This record gives sequence, C-alpha cells and structure tokens, in this order.
Amino acid sequence: MELLQRNYFELLGLPTQFEIDLTILDQHYRKLQSEVHPDRFVTASSNERMQSMQIATQANEAYQTLKNNTARARYLLELNGIETLEESNTAMPADFLMLQMEWREAIDDANAAKNVSALDALLIEIKQMAKALSLNLNHQFAEKAYTEASESVRKLSFIDKISADINRAIEQLEN
Amino acid sequence: MAYSDKVLDHYENPRNVGTLDKNDPHVGTGMVGAPACGDVMKLQIKVNDSGIIEDAKFKTYGCGSAIASSSLVTEWLKGKTLDQAAEIKNSAIAEELALPPVKIHCSVLAEDAIKAAVADLKSKQPA
Repeated sequence: MELLQRNYFELLGLPTQFEIDLTILDQHYRKLQSEVHPDRFVTASSNERMQSMQIATQANEAYQTLKNNTARARYLLELNGIETLEESNTAMPADFLMLQMEWREAIDDANAAKNVSALDALLIEIKQMAKALSLNLNHQFAEKAYTEASESVRKLSFIDKISADINRAIEQLEN
Repeated sequence: MAYSDKVLDHYENPRNVGTLDKNDPHVGTGMVGAPACGDVMKLQIKVNDSGIIEDAKFKTYGCGSAIASSSLVTEWLKGKTLDQAAEIKNSAIAEELALPPVKIHCSVLAEDAIKAAVADLKSKQPA
C-alpha cells in the first residue's frame, strides 16, 4: 500500500513544512486511525489486516513526532538530509551553555529552599525562550536555513530536558 | 542502571569541583553540552610558567557518569603539558570508569571539554 511510502506529513495529509495546524493534525490523525482500526478488518485477508496494522503504527509514530515542535523540526531536518547530532556534537554557543548553568543553579537553589514559586517563574522564562526558538524555526525553515534550524533544535533539546526536570522538581516539592 | 564503584566514588566524592578565574591568562576554560541528555560541563585548567597544568577544576550538571568523567579528568590533567592533555581520549575515561555503552557520550563530553579548555588557553597565549 502506497501510504507506507509516504513521509509523516504526507501520511497525515499535511504540507511538509514546519508550520502546521495542530487542530488539523489531530483531526487527520483520528480519521486515519479510524480508517485502519482493526474492527474494520475482521473479515479482511490477513495481508490487508497486516497492512492496516502497519499503517496504524506508523500513523501513531507520525502523530507523536509532528505534534511536538522539537521532534517535528528534527524530523524535517532529517528529511532534508541534516542530522542534528545531539548525541555526539557537544559544541554549543558559550552564552547558551552559561545560561544552562545558571538555570541549573537556580533549580538547585529553589530545591534547597523548597521554593516552588521560584521554579514556576523559571519555567515561565524557559517557556518564553522555547517559544522564541520555535518562531525562529518558522523563519529558518521558510528560508531553508538548515544549519541555523539545526542549532535551534539542539537548543530546544536542552530546553525540553530542563523543563521536564523543573516539572518533576515542582511535583516532588508539592507532594 | 547500576553504576560502577569508580563512578559512585567520583559521584559521591567529586574531586576538584569549583571555578578558576576565567580572565586569568594562565587559565583555559572549556564549556560543552550534550543536547541529547541536557548535560552541561565546564572544565578549567591552570598552567604554570613551564606550561604544566598545575590545577584543574570542573562544574558539571548531569548524570553520575558525566560528573564522574569530569572529576576523573581533573585528576588526570594535573602535571600534564597541554599537548599531553589534548591526547586524553574518551575511550580511556570510559574504560577507567567502566561506563556502559549508553553512557559513552558522557566520556565524550569530558574529552571535548579538555580540548575546548586547551584551545581557549592556547588562544590566550602569545604565539
């Protein structure tokens, strides 16, 4: 079935670009999942059943990838032959790494003082930076500036990690 | 995941945590980070007039293996020349700490931090 040859954007009926409508992503994903739902293939041949299951799996992977800004940008770079090398390339702008250190120190301080509102404030600051980076990605992909887009993804990767760590810290302090 | 005894030892008693004056012409600072895990590592070395590393400090935010890798290299760096320091390989760090394959990138981070610190120091010195 040709659906399996398509990229995640095509599979879910979206233009292959960074800026997408998340409401349409939701709608198309639900529609596709209902079309390939196992209940519809009870009397189908085993071949058709298998194909519908493969599409359901791929649709799920596509949805998880596309709904997240960082993962969608990373995937789009991959489609353009660019790897973000988030495991192996450790060079990052010094000011960005300094900021990471400061944020990590602020988390430690807030944890030690059991100061949830300090963590909330830090999370807001970090979300603003994530938002700015996503806006940058809109422009960078529109201009095919893939090197810059790759750096934005690498920064967002740090930000996603630290946001998760702060949320976990808040949860622990509140319990 | 189980950490090796050596990782635990460095993690629980990290050597040489701290900061050197980054504006000192005898101090080289290397900062690196791994997007995949969010770890950040700052490594600083101080050389004497004969070009031997006499002090090394680190500050690392990351997992136990990243902290142990940076702690270990601060011990190894002391007494070495810059060229000897730049020869330290991540494989040696990983072997000493018995890092599992999924934690090899922590030793890469430490190797890259050394290289960055040496490059920073060399850029400060008159050619």
